[in-house]
Amino acid sequence: MEKSLHDIENLTRDDLELILATSEQFREISERRVKKVPTLRGKTICLFFIENSTRTRISFELAAKRMSADLINFSASTSSLQKGESLTDTVKTIMAMGVDLFVIRHSAPGSSRRVEQVAGVPVINAGDGPHAHPTQALLDLFTIYRHKKKIEGLKVAIIGDIYHSRVARSNIFSLTRMGAEVVLCGPPTLIPREIEKLGVQVTYSVDEACKMADVIMCLRMQLERQQSGMFPSMREYIQLYRIDEKRVSLAKDDVIIMHPGPMNRGVEIIPEIAYHHRSVIEEQVTNGVATRMALFYLLLGRGNEETAD
Amino acid sequence: MKKLLIKNARVLSPADGIDEKLDVLICDGRIEKIDKKLSAEESIDMSGKIVCPGFVDMHVHLREPGYEEKETIYTGTKAAMYGGFTAVACMANTSPVADNRATVEFIINQNEKAGFVRLFPIGSVTKGQKGEELAEIADIYAAGAAAISDDGKCIMSAEIMRRALEYNRMFPSPLIVHAEDLVLSRSGQINEGLVSTLLGLKGMPREAEDVIIARDLELMKYVSSRIHFAHLSTRRGVELVREARKQGLPVSAEVTPHHLLLTDTAVKTFDTNTKVNPPLRTLEDIEALCEGLRDGTVEVIASDHAPHTFEDKDCEYIFAPFGISGIETLVPLMLDRIVAKGVISLPEFINKISVNPARILNIPFGHIQPGQEANLTVLDLEVSGTIRVDRFHSKGHNSPFDGWNYKGRAVYSVIAGKLNKLD
Ligand SMILES: [Zn+2]
Repeated sequence: MEKSLHDIENLTRDDLELILATSEQFREISERRVKKVPTLRGKTICLFFIENSTRTRISFELAAKRMSADLINFSASTSSLQKGESLTDTVKTIMAMGVDLFVIRHSAPGSSRRVEQVAGVPVINAGDGPHAHPTQALLDLFTIYRHKKKIEGLKVAIIGDIYHSRVARSNIFSLTRMGAEVVLCGPPTLIPREIEKLGVQVTYSVDEACKMADVIMCLRMQLERQQSGMFPSMREYIQLYRIDEKRVSLAKDDVIIMHPGPMNRGVEIIPEIAYHHRSVIEEQVTNGVATRMALFYLLLGRGNEETAD
Repeated sequence: MKKLLIKNARVLSPADGIDEKLDVLICDGRIEKIDKKLSAEESIDMSGKIVCPGFVDMHVHLREPGYEEKETIYTGTKAAMYGGFTAVACMANTSPVADNRATVEFIINQNEKAGFVRLFPIGSVTKGQKGEELAEIADIYAAGAAAISDDGKCIMSAEIMRRALEYNRMFPSPLIVHAEDLVLSRSGQINEGLVSTLLGLKGMPREAEDVIIARDLELMKYVSSRIHFAHLSTRRGVELVREARKQGLPVSAEVTPHHLLLTDTAVKTFDTNTKVNPPLRTLEDIEALCEGLRDGTVEVIASDHAPHTFEDKDCEYIFAPFGISGIETLVPLMLDRIVAKGVISLPEFINKISVNPARILNIPFGHIQPGQEANLTVLDLEVSGTIRVDRFHSKGHNSPFDGWNYKGRAVYSVIAGKLNKLD
């Protein structure tokens, strides 16, 4: 593995398998009575969030705490950072205090690479605009693997706003690299150009996408997309793409339903399905902590054990 | 009488049918004689070097007035000289915009003080480059502008464009078009395609360029006017210009080195120096641009020199301004990667960098003839080097070509009779 995690594109199948195996070990720790290990004692992690995301931030925060790392939280809005200090200056300032790893969330694609260039320490990308969200893809992969015991040959339908989705982009790489068959589904205006070159199928029919699927992954649909003219109305979107019982019934009997959160209940998925026995949405959240612990360990913890005590 | 004799060089002037080892005698800033075995008190031996008509970069942004932290006329024309150019034409998107006589005269005066190269301002087509009302085009020409352009922006109203083309018929110069449908390319960062999809950056489709080229060719035909298309970057754009030229329409076009040498895959590093408008396209487009160079559809190579400060580009990709500082890398890159690779011959290159831009702008360049002002660029095709942005004379170090090796560059120039050693 490289020293930072910017996207999935640069991970090999071996890397992915290592992350899966390590996630499993940390998942066991999360089930213990005392959920804490000393692996990252004396290490400082900065959660650098230039875009609101309570869920992802607390998942990283809990993962870091369970690894005994020290934490600093830096939150700002993109606009305030633009007006005042530059990203470069802010990162340099934080680096001067001594940070061993950055977790960055930012609305601009490529920001995690910029932070690594400036900081020179490992960086985990916690979502950079529509570009990548590798930890989400890895926790999704881990969740699928725990249920299906394999990835190779599975049919995974990813449904919704592919165009703006970093989750879809990162999942495409992890799933295809592990041998899954990925079907993307959404209105043509929300399918980005030339994406089929990544070895995925594209369909505009949600029934076709769900048919015999092993995994149905719903994406968040945001109202702003309709306002920017990408599709005619939420009403029409719901009619065409919302996941309901009928659509789930087309899938395999043991299908699992996933959603990266936060959900727009009633828009991309009906609540009955979100809390259906086939839904693994809450488990994704649990697994997120384990996967992030695994990544902290792989990027920062290896070799730290002997000096930690 | 100040005399300068250039001895033993290969004199290569395609427009005059000259390509042989000759001496050039310059007297009081003018070429006096071109012949074998001339003699004078002061002479310089240029054996092994190639004397060409002075190079002209017909598309640069010098940023003054208004953005002097990015570039000034002094630094930009100095960079032009060291890049091997003897003349440049600077675009009107300054602050204030060169949409009036005073700004055009100011630019000319600033260059007279700088004194490195000849400078031909390009005036704007519309007031404030807003695309709404025509600027005082006749007054701008009278002040010394060589052509008109709203480059940096596109005139989105077809009606205004039609009137501009029609009005410009009074003058011998073309309207230079930056072809970009601003609605189609809105908030775009890079070429739209696989790379924009991978990187999650908003794409600028090639069609944003193509639809304006198609529109403007129709309008030009309708009102019998002339167009020069700046920085062609798409396969279809080349085809449209080729078809129009076949019909005999008075249209010309240019291409930049970065569109010939880089594709959108260069953006995968998120290096903000790859952010340029029109954006870097794909291999298919590069092949079409090269074919356009070969068959004469594309008559001009120009830098679209667009300097920015380090701070301007030291930010997230989506916040960075568009532009590449290109005036000091054009000649070595083109000699090494277009001429030496056989895309076009050296005489064809001289046509595209001197003869054709001079003809399009109606300026007295592109020839080596007795009686002409002595503006010459001297090439050495054997000298090797590496592009180093920290050695640029331009204030703008924003180049994606830092560290690229080359063979061949301009080593001397003569500007209005004055010899310059370029290193
Ligand atoms: Zn332009």
